[in-house]
Amino acid sequence: MADDFLRIDNLVKSFGGNTVVKGANLAFSKGEFVTLLGPSGCGKTTILRMIAGFERPTSGTILVEGKDISPLPPNQRQIGMVFQAYALFPNMNVEDNVGFGLRIAGMPKAERRARVDEMLKLIGLSGYGKRFPFEMSGGQQQRVALARALAPKPRMLLLDEPLSALDAKIRVSLRQEIRAIQRDLGITTIFVTHDQEEALSISDRIVVMSAGNIEQVGTPFEIYNKPATRFVATFVGQLNTLSARVDDPARRAVSIDGQPVVVPSLPAGARAGDTVSLTMRPEAVQLANGAARDIVLDGTVADVSFLGSVIRLKVDLGQGNAVHVDTFNDQRTPPPGRAAPVQVTLAGSDILVLGD
Amino acid sequence: MKRGKPWAWIVFLLGAAYFLLPLIATVQFSLSIRRGTLSLDAYTNVLNSPQFQETFVFSLVVAVATIIVGLLLVVPAAYFVRLRAPQLRPIIEFVTLLPLIIPPIILVFGYIRMYNSSSILPLTNSTLGTNVLLTLAYVALALPYMYRAVDTGLRTIDVQTLTEAANILGANTPTILIRVIFPNIIVAALSGAFLTLAIVIGEFTIASLLNRPAFGVYMQNIGANRAFEPAALAVISFVITWAAMGMIQLLARFAPRTAPLTD
Ligand SMILES: Nc1ncnc2c1ncn2[C@@H]1O[C@H](COP(=O)(O)OP(=O)(O)O)[C@@H](O)[C@H]1O
Ligand SMILES: [Mg+2]
Repeated sequence: MADDFLRIDNLVKSFGGNTVVKGANLAFSKGEFVTLLGPSGCGKTTILRMIAGFERPTSGTILVEGKDISPLPPNQRQIGMVFQAYALFPNMNVEDNVGFGLRIAGMPKAERRARVDEMLKLIGLSGYGKRFPFEMSGGQQQRVALARALAPKPRMLLLDEPLSALDAKIRVSLRQEIRAIQRDLGITTIFVTHDQEEALSISDRIVVMSAGNIEQVGTPFEIYNKPATRFVATFVGQLNTLSARVDDPARRAVSIDGQPVVVPSLPAGARAGDTVSLTMRPEAVQLANGAARDIVLDGTVADVSFLGSVIRLKVDLGQGNAVHVDTFNDQRTPPPGRAAPVQVTLAGSDILVLGD
Repeated sequence: MKRGKPWAWIVFLLGAAYFLLPLIATVQFSLSIRRGTLSLDAYTNVLNSPQFQETFVFSLVVAVATIIVGLLLVVPAAYFVRLRAPQLRPIIEFVTLLPLIIPPIILVFGYIRMYNSSSILPLTNSTLGTNVLLTLAYVALALPYMYRAVDTGLRTIDVQTLTEAANILGANTPTILIRVIFPNIIVAALSGAFLTLAIVIGEFTIASLLNRPAFGVYMQNIGANRAFEPAALAVISFVITWAAMGMIQLLARFAPRTAPLTD
């Protein structure tokens, strides 16, 4: 598309004989917040570092506003970057850290001071200008790093697991702060994380990666509800996997732990006697409440976890299959106890059909 | 614990005596220039001698030049090895150790052969040229200490991430070295600098063979011709060396603190 702000075509990166990015194709619109999500070692940082210019692609191109940026060294790319390890300059106070890029660009002192003050206000650290990095908490340091990256008004912002060194509480508040600032400035942002919850909560779109491949690109809603592959389904959110025996492929009749049910679809070529796996989200499964549903299975409660607003039950289906059931907490109805016999139900349409 | 203590003290006192007795004897001797009474005359003689002042200033200037040239050479080298070619570190470390293995006498004969008046680069033809050669020789002598000091400093910071952070903010390599890397290793670099100072102030072999009016050469001459003044000189140079070491200790307290606080 002509209006893509950033476009990555067939990007490949090998270290020695080891290919760690295997042909990435991505397009980002201006002002978009996109997250690269995947387990450690899948190549997220490598993609980010190629965009920043710290690594040279083995092949493929990176276009910003239609122009190939590969001839530009990192210091001419006008990109802001935030690192996991903060990377503040230890010899400089907050003011000088935030003003570093402006000083390099030759901005006059008075103007620079005004911009630094503006940035400190943006991150809620006005009055901290004279502090040194070692005098600040991790969360504060990372906010300074964000201000430092944004001060020279970069064309885009890259964040490489900026929150993973922080405490859980601060992680959540800072990610919302980052998202609010990003919306405010309308800056195109690529955020890297291995934390699916983080990715789901702040992104416009998510790029799910595995072992150097892009598995799926989509909004958090699409990624969670319509995972394209088994990897995406298992990596993002919780997943129930039940193994079922095919009884009659023509009628799509299967049995789960000896209990006959009819499913909406079966893998192509499934024959009677084959074993197939059926997957669904825990919140798609419910305890029977009298309402008619497609699939009803008998089981016994094996475990009850109270998670606050949600209660997660583990229900054994009799012959080895177990299903997790998420129900909303209701203060008038306590959950069934362990070993209680229950019926679980789900709609056929909630069964995810996954490619591999 | 209690049983071990007397022994520890005895060993400590023996060790202290081994170091201190010669020192005390030298100090006492240096004060005995007048029969039957202690005086500082040997020190006044030395300090008032124009030769002392000239050679000391000469060696000090050479030391400062050595430190500057050494840092200009070692800081970028150690930085690039850490950043771009960490696999070369053992080799570089070995090379920087060579001056400790090769005696200065061999080094200086090599230099004289390489740079004599009939060579392509006849440094020994002029006083300035010889001084340059002397400085470069001292840079080589100081290399093991300088490299290690700087490398230790680099180890305390995250060289790669700081470099990348500065780079993406628009800084080029010289700016990164001057504004980001050097200020963070300056304390470590200064400890190398003071060691270099101590070495250069006392060096004799190379200065003598290059026929330069260095402090070490002067000390040697005095030692051969006078009785009490050499002792006074020894005490003075001892004090200078220890002052340099003391400065290293003092500076260590001002090392930048890089450890982030946790939330
Ligand atoms: N400079 C490098 N040299 C060799 N291998 C590397 C280098 N950088 C990264 N890798 C390898 O590339 C793979 C992907 O790394 P990375 O992009 O850092 O993953 P992620 O950020 O997703 O955790 C890893 O297996 C890593 O070991
Ligand atoms: Mg990474």
